[in-house]
Amino acid sequence: MEAFVFYLLATLILGLGIMVITARSAVHSVLFLVLNFLLVAILYVTLSAQFVAVIQVLVYAGGIVVLYLFVVMLVSLKKAPELRSDSRRVARTGLLLAGAVLAELIAIVWYTSANGSAPPAQAASDFPPRLAGDAMLNTERLGWVLYTEYLIPFEVASMLLLVAMIGAIVLAKKNL
Amino acid sequence: MLDTFVIPLLQIAVLVNALLVTVTFLVLMERKVMGWAQARLGPMRVGPYGILQAIVDPIKLILKEDITPANADRFVFTLAPIMSLVPALVVFSVIPFGPEQPYYIADINVGLLFIISVTSIGVYGIILGGWSSNSKYPLLASLRASAQLISYEIAVVMTLVSVVLTAGTLNMIGIVEAQREAGLWFAFVQPVACVLVFIGGLAETNRLPFDLPEAETELTGGFHTEYSGMRFSLFFLAEYANIIVISAIVALMFFGGWMRPFPNVEALAFLDLIPGWVWFCGKIFFFLYLFVWIRATFPRYRYDQLMAIGWKVLIPIAIGNLVLTGIAKVVL
Repeated sequence: MEAFVFYLLATLILGLGIMVITARSAVHSVLFLVLNFLLVAILYVTLSAQFVAVIQVLVYAGGIVVLYLFVVMLVSLKKAPELRSDSRRVARTGLLLAGAVLAELIAIVWYTSANGSAPPAQAASDFPPRLAGDAMLNTERLGWVLYTEYLIPFEVASMLLLVAMIGAIVLAKKNL
Repeated sequence: MLDTFVIPLLQIAVLVNALLVTVTFLVLMERKVMGWAQARLGPMRVGPYGILQAIVDPIKLILKEDITPANADRFVFTLAPIMSLVPALVVFSVIPFGPEQPYYIADINVGLLFIISVTSIGVYGIILGGWSSNSKYPLLASLRASAQLISYEIAVVMTLVSVVLTAGTLNMIGIVEAQREAGLWFAFVQPVACVLVFIGGLAETNRLPFDLPEAETELTGGFHTEYSGMRFSLFFLAEYANIIVISAIVALMFFGGWMRPFPNVEALAFLDLIPGWVWFCGKIFFFLYLFVWIRATFPRYRYDQLMAIGWKVLIPIAIGNLVLTGIAKVVL
C-alpha cells in the first residue's frame, strides 16, 4: 500500500514537473508548480513528517510561488524567452545541470547503501524527559534535534537567509 | 470502515451544509446590521422582516447567466473561484467544536500550522481570478489583494507564534486545554496578540477598513468584476467562509473555544448546562457581528496607509510581542 502510494505520487510529481517546463503559458506552468509542491507535501505526510509537510505548503505553495505568480503576471511574456537566446547553449547548460543532479543522487544512494541510513538515529534517552517516549510529538522532536545536533547547519542557513534579505534591501533601495 | 469513512463523511456533510447555510444568513445579517447602523430597516420585502431574503439571493445567483469574457483564459477563469473556496472549507476539518470525537473531524498535532498554510493557498483564487479575466481593473485589484494578503499574513503568523509559545502546542484542542489549565482566556494573557490577529484577520479577508481589493469607487468592484452567476457566488462564499474561519480562530485561541466564560470561577458552573459547541458558535457569531459592526463604522484606508500599517506598525508590534513572550516564558 505504502509503496503503491509512493509510486503514484512520484509519477504524478514527475509528470507535473514536465508540465511545468512544457506549458505554453507562464501562468499555467506556475500553477503546475503549485500542484507539484502540494503533492510533495503529501509525500512528506506519507513519511509521517507532518510538520515538514505543512511548512512545505506554507512556504512554497503559499509564499514563494505567489511571488513567482506576481512576477509572471507583471512581466508580459508574449514572446517566449527562448526565441531571443541561443537555444543550443541553453540545452548544453541544462544537460550539464541535470547530469550534476543525477550524479549527486547516485552518490547519495551509493553512500547510504554503503553506510546504512545517513542520519544517526536518535536514542530516546537523548531527549529531555518530557519529549521522550512514544508520545513524542513530531514538531517538538524536530525542534529539539534542530537546536542541538544540527545547530551549526541551522545557524549557517539562517545567516544565508539574512544575507539574502539584506542584499535584497540594498539592491531595491537606491539611497540608503 | 465505519470509523474511517462513514462517520467523517457524515461530519463533513453536516459541517459543510451548516457553513453554507450560515454564510447565506450571514449576508442577511450583514445587510440588516448595516441597515440599522445607518438608521434604515434593511431588507424587509421577502418573508417576515426579510428573513427569506437569504434564500432568494442564492436562487437569483444560480439562475443568472454565467458569462466568460471573450479573451479570458477559460481554464484558469473556472479554476480561480474553486481555488478560493476549497481552502476556506478545508480549514474547518481541523477546527474543533468540542474536546471529544463527534465535535471535530481531524485532530492533528500541527493543527494551527495547517490552518495557516491552507488559508495561504486561498490567495491563488484572487490572483488568478483577476489575471484570467483579461481586464485591467480586476488585474490591478488582484495585485493589490495579493500584496495585502502576503503583508498581513506575516504579522498574523508572527503573532500566532507568540500564542503558540504561551500554550506550548500547535494542536487546536491543546491550545484550548492550555487555557483551561491556565484558568484564563488567552485574550487576557496576550491582549496585544488578540487585537493584532483580529486586525490582521480583517485585512486577510479583505473586509473594511482594508477592503482595497474591492474598492468599488476606484476598481469597479475588484478582482471578481468579470465574474457572474454561480462563479461569482463561489468567490462570495469563500469570502464569508474566510470570515467565519478568522472568527473561529480568534474564538479558539483567545476566547477559550468551547469553554464557558471564566472557566476558573466555580460559582459560574451552572453555565456548563449550555453545551460547549453552543458556546463556541456563540463566540464565533460575536466576532462575525464585530466584523459587520466595524464595516458599518470605519472608512476605508488609502493604499499607502494600508501598507504602512501592515509593515511599519503591525509587524514590529508582532515581533516585539513575540520577543516579550519568549522572555516571559523563560523567566517565569
